[in-house]
Amino acid sequence: MLKFILRRILIMIPQLIILSVLIFALAKAMPGDALTGQLASSPKMDAQTLHELKQKLGMLDPPYVQYFRWLKGLLHGDMGMSIIHQTPVTQLLAGRMENTILLSAAVLILSYLIAIPLGIVSGRWTDSWADKMVVGYNYITFATPLFIFALLMLFIFGFVLGWFPTSGSVDIRVENGTFSYFMSKVNHLILPAFSGAIISTTVTIQYLRTEIIDTKIKDFVKTARAKGVSESNVYTRHILRNSFLPIAAFLGYDIVSLIGGSVFLESIYGYPGIGQLFITSIAQRDFSVVTALVMISGLATLVGTLLSDIILSAVDPRIRIE
Amino acid sequence: MVFLKINNLKVYYPIRGGFFRRVVDHVKAVDDISFELKQGETYGLVGESGCGKTTTGRSIIGLTKSTAGEIIFEDKDLTKLSRKDYHNYRRDIQMIFQDPYSSLNPRKRVLDIVAEPLRNFEKLTIAEERQKVQFYIEKVGLSPEDVYKYPHEFSGGQRQRIGIARALTLNPKLIIADEPVSALDVSVQAQVLNFMQDIQKEFNLTYLFISHDLGIIQHMCDRIGIMYRGQFVEEGAAEDIYTNPQHIYTKRLISAIPDINPKNRDKQVEFRKKVNEEYKNSYDKYFNAEGKVYKLKQISNTHSVALP
Amino acid sequence: MGNQPLLQLKNLRTSFRIQDDYFAAVDDVSLTVNENEVVAIVGESGCGKSALALSIMGLHQEGRTKLEGNVNFNGRNLLSLSTGEMNKVRGKDIGMIFQDPLTALNPLMTCGKQIEESMTYHTSFTGGEKKERALELLKSVGIPNPGRTYKQYPHELSGGMRQRVVIAVAIACNPSIVIADEPTTALDVTIQAQIMDLLKELQKKNETGIILITHDLGVVAEMADRVAVMYAGEIVELADVHTLFENPLHPYTRSLLNSIPSTTDEKERLHVIQGVVPSLKNLPRKGCRFKNRIEWMDDHEHEENPVLREVEPDHFVRCTCYKNFHFPEEK
Ligand SMILES: Nc1ncnc2c1ncn2[C@@H]1O[C@H](COP(=O)(O)OP(=O)(O)OP(=O)(O)O)[C@@H](O)[C@H]1O
Ligand SMILES: Nc1ncnc2c1ncn2[C@@H]1O[C@H](COP(=O)(O)OP(=O)(O)O)[C@@H](O)[C@H]1O
Ligand code: SF4
Ligand SMILES: [Mg+2]
Ligand SMILES: [Mg+2]
Repeated sequence: MLKFILRRILIMIPQLIILSVLIFALAKAMPGDALTGQLASSPKMDAQTLHELKQKLGMLDPPYVQYFRWLKGLLHGDMGMSIIHQTPVTQLLAGRMENTILLSAAVLILSYLIAIPLGIVSGRWTDSWADKMVVGYNYITFATPLFIFALLMLFIFGFVLGWFPTSGSVDIRVENGTFSYFMSKVNHLILPAFSGAIISTTVTIQYLRTEIIDTKIKDFVKTARAKGVSESNVYTRHILRNSFLPIAAFLGYDIVSLIGGSVFLESIYGYPGIGQLFITSIAQRDFSVVTALVMISGLATLVGTLLSDIILSAVDPRIRIE
Repeated sequence: MVFLKINNLKVYYPIRGGFFRRVVDHVKAVDDISFELKQGETYGLVGESGCGKTTTGRSIIGLTKSTAGEIIFEDKDLTKLSRKDYHNYRRDIQMIFQDPYSSLNPRKRVLDIVAEPLRNFEKLTIAEERQKVQFYIEKVGLSPEDVYKYPHEFSGGQRQRIGIARALTLNPKLIIADEPVSALDVSVQAQVLNFMQDIQKEFNLTYLFISHDLGIIQHMCDRIGIMYRGQFVEEGAAEDIYTNPQHIYTKRLISAIPDINPKNRDKQVEFRKKVNEEYKNSYDKYFNAEGKVYKLKQISNTHSVALP
Repeated sequence: MGNQPLLQLKNLRTSFRIQDDYFAAVDDVSLTVNENEVVAIVGESGCGKSALALSIMGLHQEGRTKLEGNVNFNGRNLLSLSTGEMNKVRGKDIGMIFQDPLTALNPLMTCGKQIEESMTYHTSFTGGEKKERALELLKSVGIPNPGRTYKQYPHELSGGMRQRVVIAVAIACNPSIVIADEPTTALDVTIQAQIMDLLKELQKKNETGIILITHDLGVVAEMADRVAVMYAGEIVELADVHTLFENPLHPYTRSLLNSIPSTTDEKERLHVIQGVVPSLKNLPRKGCRFKNRIEWMDDHEHEENPVLREVEPDHFVRCTCYKNFHFPEEK
């Protein structure tokens, strides 16, 4: 097991290197740079100063020199300076990263809390009215795009009813570390987390339902019944355990896709996380931030896949990774 | 001319392990076997599950790469042919698979399934192709309209016959039949076996017939090779094997055939017990110090046994 | 051999719902299984053998299946029991072995736990006692290293070993009846012989009644005391095993026997039963169900709706014109 994880981490290194080259090349190939943006805002800057500035920032060095400088920085945990914010990227990310992780975790947990009971009910009592309602619910959430649903929720619960704040991650007036600070965080989290969770239940419910329907006609379930196992234990000990396998396996990938999904949620709810930062940085051509974020999400994808494999091997004895 | 001759064929599958998943060992699925098929005969390959029967068949047809040895088909060593030359021989050898349910693509019509080898080897117009397919579909006892149906619309026996039609389209000389009836009911099994005998005469086919069931093998085959863990323990004409088995493993296989006469059941149990006793007690006589079988030794014109 | 009847099926009919109608897959089956007796049920696939087995166990999907008639066991009609009451019978009084050892065991549970599970419901054993019994069972079904297999998962075992575990599961609580649905069909011949010998040995030792379902007449010849031949949901011939093989009367039985490649007369052409077992919806409900598979026989020779008749002591046949029956090549 340990060996397997180590080997997978070793394999990640070349993958990450290739990723970094790609990202770097892409960033360089983009039209314009951070200074082009500033140029427009300060028309007084002439060509001479611009050239000097570029030289100072190393933007005129050959690409490979720039690449290795960037890579070296990356390895030291230095992701460069954000030209727009004039702060180190690392510092810029730290607080937002925490927010995004918090939001993603909340979405994930809520989504499972909703999806698992619904999936079980609908898979166990197929064709009952409860099942039909769950299937109907699933059609709706499947057909509704996240951003429309999120906007709707924001409009109803944020603006019309005013139950929840409409932007930010915490009330800036409360002091860090107090109980009301915590409550304020929760309060800011509820609306985006619920919107994200409800839309992301679709896949889990669908999987769980079909998986239960498939499993309950399997031979080993008949064997269990033929042993005299009570109906509720037939479900808990035999059907459900087997039906959860694919969901457990998807957990790792889910985490990755949630981080991707946070782009919409955070932009709509003005929630200061990395998704929101990503959008604004692209708009402002703040490439050191963009490349850093893409690198991080690349790493997260690799870690997510690894996590999925580890989880699967932990829950399914047929899959042994040595 | 030699029709098909296998010389010292070995097929090893690598087992990977260790940190860099290097090859640490091999499964010796086929471990140095030699046998010969004469044109027009049916050669039976028998042995328990996992002894390497399928692997042998697959390597003859080129689906699995052999590790060492020669596969001589009509005086040419198939293992040494270039890809292009090999392609030409490939059409003379066809395979029928074990499971009629999974070996036909459920999303394709019978026409496309049966025409597949034709499309790989011959350039026919659509009409010619359909004609040819319908000819063979009729040969296997289905009706010409059936070519527009899908596999799920047929019973197991019919599906197996579609598989046979597919194998026949290129007019092959050798057919490797890997447990063609194991997945079928007795009555359907009879149908497929009869049918295989009919087309053998009609198209002058040679069969390599793979099975774990000695009853069926006896019904179908002229000569038989008994495989055990990738090697041959005995080879001979059907009569040699059934009336005069020499190797303990052959006896074990024979004793496992259920006797259709209920009067013999106690005798049969006794027989099995005796053979098992012998298997345990005289192990050293049949297997060497490493637990492997000995090399085949000829004991009559037609009969060879692996004894020291 | 004890002649006390253990299980009595009376006019059992099992119908499945297809679209909005019910179609009988098991039709008017009456059969008795005595103590310490092996009753075989043979027939091609689709004849209703599994449907019959599942009816006895009450394992059919509720709402899609209709059960009529009686399954008498220990003075009670099993068909009238509630699920809870039936759960006390399953695994304790009646054990079941399924066809495919690959799918009959839960892939996520160790073999030991699967064997112990029925003891949890039917005995008051402590954990230690259950384990002791499980190890003893594994040993009795011929597992070479019970201690190890106890902790193994099904996928770690070969097909033959798995089937032994399945048997251990079925006999864990010493049931008086075991229903074995094609217990050797998925196995290769050598393993099949071992499993047959094992089942016989256990049957003798525990004096169990066995319902052995198979389509292999060789297995029947080796194991059964009495044989019921089933075709299209009905029993068409019922006799003790020697009578059935020496003097088969029903055309279907005779056809089945002629289609086996036997080990004595080789190279002879095998008899092919024309056509296929009709699917449930297409099953002829009027007239003899086997009629369209023996087309060479003259129509007027067949009886309208043949019933199962005793033609000699303890030999029942559902066909009146069997005396005139011949194979096409015999005339
Ligand atoms: N692709 C593969 N990789 C590794 N091992 C393999 C592979 N295919 C087969 N083997 C192994 O090679 C051996 C021979 O397998 P083969 O399929 O030839 O057996 P067989 O005699 O056809 O058995 P059966 O009667 O079950 O079909 C077995 O131990 C099998 O596990
Ligand atoms: N749950 C079910 N629903 C509908 N039809 C069924 C069901 N189970 C079996 N059948 C049908 O009943 C007939 C008998 O099936 P089965 O008992 O499985 O046959 P056997 O075990 O003899 O092969 C077949 O026609 C089959 O298609
Ligand atoms: S009654 Fe007629 S059709 Fe039916 S089994 Fe007898 S001979 Fe055949
Ligand atoms: Mg094989
Ligand atoms: Mg069945």
